Amino acid sequence: MVIDVRLNNIEVIYPNGTCGVKNIDAFFEGGKVCGLVGVNGAGKSTLFKTIMGFLKPTHGEVNICGLSVRDALRQNLVAYVPQTENVDWNFPVLVEDVVMMGRYGQMGFLRRPKKEDHQAVEEALKRVGMDAFRRMQIGELSGGQKKRVFVARALAQGGQVILLDEPFTGIDIKTEDSLIQLFRSLAQEGRLILVSTHNLGSVPYLCDNVMLINQKMLAYGSVESTFTKDNLAKAFGTMLRDHKLLGSDLHDDEDARSVTVLTDDERPLVLYGAEGDERITRAKSPKKKVPKGSV
Amino acid sequence: MIEFLAEPFQYEYMTRAIWVSALIGATCAFLSCYLMLKGWALMGDALAHSIVPGVALAYLLALPYAIGAFFTGLLAAFSMAIIKQRTHLREDAVIGIVFTSFFAAGLLLASINPMSVSLQGIILGNILAIPDADVIQIVIIAAITLLILMLKWKDFVSVFFDEAHAKTIGLPVMGLKILFFTLLSAACVAALQSVGACLVIAMVITPGACAYLLTDKFDRLIWIAVIIGSLTSAIGAYLSFFINSNPGGVIVCLQTLLFLAIFLWSPKYGLFSKNKETAHG
Repeated sequence: MVIDVRLNNIEVIYPNGTCGVKNIDAFFEGGKVCGLVGVNGAGKSTLFKTIMGFLKPTHGEVNICGLSVRDALRQNLVAYVPQTENVDWNFPVLVEDVVMMGRYGQMGFLRRPKKEDHQAVEEALKRVGMDAFRRMQIGELSGGQKKRVFVARALAQGGQVILLDEPFTGIDIKTEDSLIQLFRSLAQEGRLILVSTHNLGSVPYLCDNVMLINQKMLAYGSVESTFTKDNLAKAFGTMLRDHKLLGSDLHDDEDARSVTVLTDDERPLVLYGAEGDERITRAKSPKKKVPKGSV
Repeated sequence: MIEFLAEPFQYEYMTRAIWVSALIGATCAFLSCYLMLKGWALMGDALAHSIVPGVALAYLLALPYAIGAFFTGLLAAFSMAIIKQRTHLREDAVIGIVFTSFFAAGLLLASINPMSVSLQGIILGNILAIPDADVIQIVIIAAITLLILMLKWKDFVSVFFDEAHAKTIGLPVMGLKILFFTLLSAACVAALQSVGACLVIAMVITPGACAYLLTDKFDRLIWIAVIIGSLTSAIGAYLSFFINSNPGGVIVCLQTLLFLAIFLWSPKYGLFSKNKETAHG
């Protein structure tokens, strides 16, 4: 089976007449991490909901692995990793219970797990490095560990298209780096990872392709060609702060070029070069690129 | 002494009150695990009060009371859902408006149409004087509700824990929610006879809240809540014989005492626990 998602001229209008998204044409292929980037209310969630079949497009169609959304869901091809704020962490469920929920779609009427279900849960937990935490209540974990558990649930489900909704909200840079490694390795195994984020700093490290969106698609392509200062300015408008740091004494890394820091007050995006639109340089840690107090 | 303690079992109405209360307690306790976690305590209260006009109407039309109660319970649930969806009113305001309106309509119906049913019986419950026909209704309601809950409890957990995920794995989320509120309405109808409309809220919250302070695992939570719900209901009905009081009040007071004890001495989350943890908030 070829893993991909096609969006053919998608338009979503809500019952109250508000436009969610319009004229979205895109092709996301398996084996890659693709980012959906835009301000809050730009239509990222609308597009996710459309891919998951929660919203029916008023125009156009979604095609997942050559199947309709309904058939793709039936085959458990689409898995969703929710935003941290959307989960009740006090719910009395253990880590292994959460991951087992990924198998429910493949179980019988009573959702009684069989040997292969236990095996899938075991493998998924090992894959994300959480097997030692399986008997802990989900709320007792750290932010990064919680995220890993939900990724394990997606793997146990057998999801080939994994939707990550703001995966880096509320976690530190070190955890973010380890999650990026995990997400990239999952993509390398052939899965398609779609990431909705307004966290600019993580995109160059995580994504192969990126779609900038503000109701309509503003730009889509490889991170190198699409994630430019001009395109970001179109997507974020006045919500983006632009700090230009000139001279090697203003930033402490070995690269002497001037640095442009674009930020919407979360993780900043660092661009190198006088115009700030040169090829984005991947650094080990975005924080290293930004002198204290400059952003 | 044994003769004294066994005295309630010499009366058929007492043995019946004890086992029927236990059955109702178990059913409500099962539902309480979900209601308490979702913060829907007010919803349970609202449904309990909303079934009063249904009971009054059913007696007026000479129908089984369960049919009328069930109908107005569901009507109230849908009214709340529609008003919430179509307005910017907060959920507590919507619930407050709907349940007081339904309850007022019930009082009005009962006062302008004198009936054989006592209004006090609806509001405070009277398990000791329950007729055979009502026992059959309660047993049928409780058995069906418990059976569905036992079959689909994992689906309800999945939907209430993460609705988006439940949809992606193909669970009929809206259908399961409607089913849950239908079961809740049914349980409220059954509990009406035991503790009355005013105290149903305790039956559908307290056992779950007690169990929540004792375990982090949902299947255990259900077992503990059901045991607490059924035992306190049975013991409450039994004790009411000696205290010579309304069984509903005794049942709820027992549940509250148990909650206080668990709140203070729960091994993991109790106020005086040496290994106190704060995972539940």
